[in-house]
Amino acid sequence: MTVATKPLVETARRPLRGGRRFSLDWLGAVPFLAYVGLFLLLPTAIVVGGAFVGPKGLTLSNLTAMNKSYIIGAFVHSVVLSAASAIIGAVLGAVLAYAVATGNPKGVLRRLVTSACGVLAQFGGVTLAFAFLATIGLAGFITLWLQQRGINIYANSFWLAELSGLVLVYTYFQIPLMVLVFLPALDGIRPQWREATESLGGGTWHYWRYVAGPLLAPAFLGGTLLLFANAFSAYATAAALISQGSIIASLLIANTLTSEVGLAQPGLASALALVMVVIVAVVMVLYTQLQRRTSKWLQ
Amino acid sequence: MEYARLRRRDFHGLHRLGILAGALVLLTACGGTSTSGTTTSAANAKSAADVGGMTALIAAAKKEGKLNVIALPPDWANYGAIISGFTAKYGIPIDSANPNGTSQDEVNAVQQLAGTTRAPDVLDIGKAVTLANLSLYAPYKVQTWNDIADTQKEATGLWVQDYGGYMSIGYDSAKVPAITSLQDLMGSGFKGKVALNGDPTKANAALNGVMMTSIASGGSADDISKGVDFFHQLKVKGNFSTVSATTATVKNGSTPVVFDWDYLSAAHGVAVPTWKVFTPNNAILGDYYNQAVNKQAPHPAAARLWMEYLYSDEGQNLWLKGLARPVRMAAMKKSGTLDAAAAAKLAPVTGTPTFLTDAQFTKAKDYLASHWAQAIG
Amino acid sequence: MSRNRRLKLQVFRVVVFLVFGAFFLIPIGAMFEFSTRGNGDAPRTLVAWQTIFQTPDLVAAILASLALAVITSLGMLLLLVPTMIWVRLRLPSLSRIVEFLCLLPLTIPGIVLVAGLAPEYRWLSINVSESILTLAFVYLVLVLPYTYRTLHTGLAAIDVKTLSEAARSLGAGWATVMGRIIVPNMWSALLNASLLSVAVVLGEFTIANLLNYVNLQVSIFLVGKANGAVSIAVAVASLMFAFLLLVILSFFGRPRARVARLEEA
Repeated sequence: MTVATKPLVETARRPLRGGRRFSLDWLGAVPFLAYVGLFLLLPTAIVVGGAFVGPKGLTLSNLTAMNKSYIIGAFVHSVVLSAASAIIGAVLGAVLAYAVATGNPKGVLRRLVTSACGVLAQFGGVTLAFAFLATIGLAGFITLWLQQRGINIYANSFWLAELSGLVLVYTYFQIPLMVLVFLPALDGIRPQWREATESLGGGTWHYWRYVAGPLLAPAFLGGTLLLFANAFSAYATAAALISQGSIIASLLIANTLTSEVGLAQPGLASALALVMVVIVAVVMVLYTQLQRRTSKWLQ
Repeated sequence: MEYARLRRRDFHGLHRLGILAGALVLLTACGGTSTSGTTTSAANAKSAADVGGMTALIAAAKKEGKLNVIALPPDWANYGAIISGFTAKYGIPIDSANPNGTSQDEVNAVQQLAGTTRAPDVLDIGKAVTLANLSLYAPYKVQTWNDIADTQKEATGLWVQDYGGYMSIGYDSAKVPAITSLQDLMGSGFKGKVALNGDPTKANAALNGVMMTSIASGGSADDISKGVDFFHQLKVKGNFSTVSATTATVKNGSTPVVFDWDYLSAAHGVAVPTWKVFTPNNAILGDYYNQAVNKQAPHPAAARLWMEYLYSDEGQNLWLKGLARPVRMAAMKKSGTLDAAAAAKLAPVTGTPTFLTDAQFTKAKDYLASHWAQAIG
Repeated sequence: MSRNRRLKLQVFRVVVFLVFGAFFLIPIGAMFEFSTRGNGDAPRTLVAWQTIFQTPDLVAAILASLALAVITSLGMLLLLVPTMIWVRLRLPSLSRIVEFLCLLPLTIPGIVLVAGLAPEYRWLSINVSESILTLAFVYLVLVLPYTYRTLHTGLAAIDVKTLSEAARSLGAGWATVMGRIIVPNMWSALLNASLLSVAVVLGEFTIANLLNYVNLQVSIFLVGKANGAVSIAVAVASLMFAFLLLVILSFFGRPRARVARLEEA
């Protein structure tokens, strides 16, 4: 045993075992990997696996059982709803983002708008659904105001709790999400590009058509895809507005999970969930590719 | 020197692990059920006598200190008064979860929360769901068991009917035209206005709503398909509402027409003065709900005491005040304990009512399971 | 920029902010209006707001959600920050995988996740705790996509490698490197990530509802079936609260790379 002397300079310690520093470094990532494995990968595996499990073991019957018009209809409605709210949200969101980006980067207005967008984008459908019910629901502020002037917006049907109403309510969180996603891209536009275009004789049209447009296109498309995935996965808003039937996929999955019908066929809910995951995954892969292109030029 | 440092650090880590393990053990212990003598026997008691009589049952229930109920809206057959009456009488607080839940939600909660202290102790569910989940209940016969007809209870006490009424259509006469027949609902004045009280594959009131429609449209107690077709038509016309009716939706006008029990329609009439009730005269459909005790109730003595309370004269009369027909009504009338004033307020029944048999309930449920989503989707 | 163009831009901005401002503020205003309506022709009243505090279930749900928000934030920081620093310094090959895993929750909708979580939570309820706070386990996963990006930006803004090597060469252990060198330099990113987590947790409905827990949003939903005014009052209050939090956050600005004060040898 050596006499204890404190070295003047302590270097990083030797690895505790042999010379393989790299194997111990792995341990540092284990907590994170284990955690994500347990609470993200395992449930997903349970769902994906459950889609192929029937009462007698591995089977494809859950997938074939989905060949019913109301199930296919629900997915079609989801696609339509997501596409519509994504496109509308993307266009309007881009416009709003542009208005914000052209202002003072440290100004109060920008702070307020980005905070508001942060809240509305993450905040959750129940609150938003109730906001719309309070505004244009059957007893809503605007509905009553219009009724007093003789206009009944629900003369044909209560469209707020149907697909068209959902599109309207979804834009309420799609536009803020687009602002959040698109703003960094807009911030990446340098004023020199505009000056360069002008010095070459181009006008606003040329600038947008040949310079800013193509540069922003990946970000814009990526944002639209993200909005699509967001709408497709959304459940809370629709659940708060619609309590009868399942016109969209997420409602269908929830109903299948909780009704006697679905409990008798647990594989069906998993199969529906699998389809949803596949669709969203495809969209997200495309989104990530577009994000990479965007960051190459604009960040 | 390195060795020494290593050991200290290891011990430090183990020390932390020990604390964590201790915390986990504490948490598990706190979450576990107590295994005192009385509680165990309450969980197996098939009647008050098994526990040693009512006094022993009350003492055991008070010791448990709580009761979990689910899906009992306060204005549903006067449940609000029943809940506060029970708490006032025995000093046992009641946790009322998910008041507007459906029968299926109740069963789901029992299964999802099994083994925890949050699981529902007692269930008040429709016949179709009751029959499908017999393995979840504990048999228990209340003291007034013999007052109840054999057809209205399960022989070993797994379930027993509690209160009932007749299916009707309530509507706000200020918002929709008067309803004189079922076909009126297809009219243009009913766009997006006709609602059920829940989803028929989950909620009993809704299932009976569809069944009543079926009987009135040429179907029968054995055939719910005509009712499903009717609602399909209603959906196609745009008259079927995607909102399940609750007190709030009736009050704020989202659901001006509701297929609901007569006692609930009467309650709506209190909130909305222009509320009227219509019953098709060729389809008087009656049904009773069913009480069951959760086999794994976290508070078994309190659960059984609740049953005793519900089937006592006091409990039954409270339901009567809520304009529902308590299951012991005939026996109480004979013995003179029925609240005559409340009974007088019940809507008269004109004609012979239909009551579905167990087999018919199961058949209807299976049909809905395979056809409702398609019809409404 | 020419004056003409500047003018057009200003007009455009004013119009955009007015129109969008109206679109977003009118429903909020309507919620305030709805929650203060009197019965029939009665005057405006704050009864609905007062009832919030008289509904113990609602108050319990609000407190539970706030607790969950705090726990999730702290848990996220404890799990993610050391991992990200460690990966950056020692396991750069893993950074792609960590990024992928952190963005994965965006691809797996809550409604799908909950289908697989039910058995896990049944086990957790019986063997660990049945408290609603166990939801923090899954909420931590839900906030990963948003917080990862923020923390990544924060880490990228400071030269982690140099700082850590300097600190280590002066004898600092890993805890000191992480806790006293790196973290203080990225604390606005940490704050950013925490407040984002709070917003997500306060707004979460799907998983809590389908796992039979009553958090803030589930409570609003349940109360809404019985009493519209009260539920809308809580809804708008929670929106305002989250908005306030994020506004406060925004005043802490972008992460500035501050030079770490080196410890005296």
